[in-house]
Amino acid sequence: MDNSIPLKKVRAEIAKCMKCGNCMAVCPIYKATKAEAGVARGKIQLAAALLEGRLPFTHGVEERLMTCLTCKACSANCPCGVKADEIILAARAAVAGKLGLPLIKTAAFSALKRPLLFDWGLKLGSRFQGIFLKDNGQGNRSPRFPIGLDSKRVLPVLAGVTFRDAFVPVSLANPRLKVAFFTGCVTNYIYTEVGKAAVEVLRANNIEVIVPEEQHCCGAPVRIHGDVATAEEMARSHVDSFAKLQVDAIITVCGTCGETFQHSYPELLVNDRVYGPKAGKIAGITHDISEFLVNVVKINSAALSGVNLKVTYHDPCHLVRGMGVSREPREILRAIPGVSLTELKNPARCCGGAGSFSLTHYGLSMDIHRHKADDIRASGAEVVVTGCGSCRMQLEDGLRQHGTPRKVMHTVEVLAQAYAGQKAGDVPA
Amino acid sequence: MLNREFITRLEVITGPENVTTTPEDLLTYSYDATADMPSQLPDVVVSPRSTREVREIIKLAGKHRIPVYPRGSGTNLSGGTIPVKKGIVLSLLRMDQILEIDADNLTATVQPGVIIQDLNTAVAPYGLIYPPDPGTVATATMGGSVSECSGGLRGLKYGVTKHYVMGLEVVLANGEVVRLGGKTVKNVTAYDLVKLFTGAEGTLGIITEITVKLIPAPEFKKSMLAVFKNLVDAGNTVSAIVKNKVIPATLEIMDNMTIRTVENFVKIGLPTDSEAILLIEVDGIKGVVLKEAETVLRVVRANNGEIKVAETDAERDKLWAGRRAALPALAQLSPTTVLEDATVPRSKITEMLVAIQAIAAKYSLRIGTFGHAGDGNLHPTIVTDERNHEEMARVHQAVDEIFAVALQLGGTLSGEHGIGIAKLKYLGQELGETGLNLLRRVKEALDPDYLLNPGKMVPVKGE
Ligand SMILES: Cc1cc2nc3c(=O)[nH]c(=O)nc-3n(C[C@H](O)[C@H](O)[C@H](O)COP(=O)(O)OP(=O)(O)OC[C@H]3O[C@@H](n4cnc5c(N)ncnc54)[C@H](O)[C@@H]3O)c2cc1C
Repeated sequence: MDNSIPLKKVRAEIAKCMKCGNCMAVCPIYKATKAEAGVARGKIQLAAALLEGRLPFTHGVEERLMTCLTCKACSANCPCGVKADEIILAARAAVAGKLGLPLIKTAAFSALKRPLLFDWGLKLGSRFQGIFLKDNGQGNRSPRFPIGLDSKRVLPVLAGVTFRDAFVPVSLANPRLKVAFFTGCVTNYIYTEVGKAAVEVLRANNIEVIVPEEQHCCGAPVRIHGDVATAEEMARSHVDSFAKLQVDAIITVCGTCGETFQHSYPELLVNDRVYGPKAGKIAGITHDISEFLVNVVKINSAALSGVNLKVTYHDPCHLVRGMGVSREPREILRAIPGVSLTELKNPARCCGGAGSFSLTHYGLSMDIHRHKADDIRASGAEVVVTGCGSCRMQLEDGLRQHGTPRKVMHTVEVLAQAYAGQKAGDVPA
Repeated sequence: MLNREFITRLEVITGPENVTTTPEDLLTYSYDATADMPSQLPDVVVSPRSTREVREIIKLAGKHRIPVYPRGSGTNLSGGTIPVKKGIVLSLLRMDQILEIDADNLTATVQPGVIIQDLNTAVAPYGLIYPPDPGTVATATMGGSVSECSGGLRGLKYGVTKHYVMGLEVVLANGEVVRLGGKTVKNVTAYDLVKLFTGAEGTLGIITEITVKLIPAPEFKKSMLAVFKNLVDAGNTVSAIVKNKVIPATLEIMDNMTIRTVENFVKIGLPTDSEAILLIEVDGIKGVVLKEAETVLRVVRANNGEIKVAETDAERDKLWAGRRAALPALAQLSPTTVLEDATVPRSKITEMLVAIQAIAAKYSLRIGTFGHAGDGNLHPTIVTDERNHEEMARVHQAVDEIFAVALQLGGTLSGEHGIGIAKLKYLGQELGETGLNLLRRVKEALDPDYLLNPGKMVPVKGE
């Protein structure tokens, strides 16, 4: 295969960049490193140089392309509307095609591709995590001894029983709507309570929920790292399992998964005559849970009981800029009696987590997180609400590293409490 | 290529993490925001964190006669940071501390890598502002904007960067450090050397500390949009407003081509059939502002214009979004955007606008003109494609002619973007041989070996 094909596809996009450097104002990586290769303008010029053969495909260029959170702040701020994140992903794909994926990622991604193996690995992990990770008494864990993770790092506990294993389908007599729930990995293996909350809230609104068994990782991690072939394979498998369902909507509780269903699948499969249209169909009915509840279900705030919480809201990059969802979670929070929402100064600034970025670039990721931690501390909130499990992992760890431990919840968890009439203190962190 | 020993010495000065020679990094310092420019890889990029480190680097470079290119955010529009003769790119971005805000003396002292907007954010709680606001306030550095003497949208009433720079610390080409000016409003001690280094485009010394004047933030603003069927009426309105003793903070113009392009890009309801619009903002004490706004209304109507006043913040934001979109929107039309900066006395703005249209027609080019009409500072923007050599030849002829007209009208080559390499060849037309020689004598007195940003601003004799 011609390795520069992914780059050729974005040639026009590259030409649109006038090098004004406006992306410097918003790039979290650049703010931390002050290096031109950190910001979109620099990365676009690297992509251009690769495309024009002025720069060889090296591990050096790979490392620079990988030092990106894919937070899309550059694209959102670009006066010329350059889709910088797409150029960067195309360049990653070109580099991966030439150099192969980094070894550790190759192993991880081939596991993602084999859902059963991945599932089994993580379940096994939940059984044995105590050997490697010590409980820090606050429901989180830190590594006991070096296992390639920073030993200060606070990691969430893997669930003993996954969400999908624990899920009990209930068919409603006369449901208003029927939806398929795409759980995503973090909800399935770690924050299973988010999945439970989503189901409870949907059922409270007389909506029937099915959780298709044929689901696995959405494929965003592999696509983001340039492994387009695997991403396509994973897209097809989800198109197969979701397009055949008789449902009104597909619900996600993670911005990255939702964006992948809404945008990446149709883009990845655009030239596939069979799968392309089906991908378009499922994209059209995919909703983030909060957006669905506000715009489609139009939840009735009279049914909500009080939840006494001082919260703030963090906008996950892929939810706010990928799916365009930012108003809805706030509407939900404001609708719950007793919840007081204080806005962050910069709620849509990336928390620095960015999936596996925080594993591969832990120091930089924590530097970036400092701004978020300071912002959260200044807000005076007790609980940070957000709409993405990967952000939540980063927030839980980062807030503790920066001396501001706070409870982090998904929007739908707070809402589930309001439906259940529970008090905030009852729910474990 | 610099030898390993030299690089090691640099690493000793700043720590190895602040020195890079990897080709992937060097490539990202081979350009700036200027279109239609050559690009060149430097040999090394160094990011000092203190004046002492800058001094050591300059001394080392001087000893080995290696060129040094100071660089802020690389947003300049004159090719000013391109390392044309290879050597060292000196990135000042990591010197990014606000050293002091002195609310008693209304000054702030900053390191050169501070972003303009960050200074404004820091002084806002004191009710103060730092007025110079180039389109790049959120990205450009103080060091870069002092070195370009940047203007912006508020130049007419508030002046440009040089009117705010009170003191500088500079590392000279020989490695000595000099402190000039200070916090006093008055200072006539010796030559005005602060002004000499302001706008020097990094060719005379490295600025390592800057003390600027701050002013109280205006308490009230009124923004207006004036629409004209005729370019001449718009031009006349600009002079007439000022003649009627109103000095708006902002007095911006967009011609028909720009209006159509912007409207197509951001859809905010601009009148696409009008020949020109003016964006006018008056600010200050409420009573005065309301009175001034009335004068503006009257003048616009007397010159056959229609006027809309922004009643809400949202309406105001919309007008400004339109103005800010001018350059990016024009840039969308084709791959290459040649942006000029010719400036004329305000009374000649009409003639300049008409001349630019004639030049566009003569060379069959698409030129959108917008800019700071109140300052006589227009940005004729030629949308073209550098791969089309035949058209580029016409572009270069048109640019030559734009400059010739500006000079004939008593204007200047550059109002705010600087000379860099982009306008080097025109310099003689404005300064004459005597002027060029004077420029060289100043340069050679301070940097005899042409090591600081060589190839910019001062044409090397015989080249
Ligand atoms: C979209 C866009 C809009 C713009 N709008 C305006 C505008 O409205 N008005 C305006 O005036 N300009 C404008 N500019 C031009 C540019 O943004 C300004 O000139 C800006 O101030 C440059 O700052 P910088 O930090 O990017 O400097 P750089 O581009 O990095 O450097 C500029 C020059 O200063 C020198 N330099 C940098 N730091 C130092 C230092 N510490 N000591 C000595 N020399 C140094 C460099 O060698 C170079 O010659 C615009 C540019 C763009 C891309």
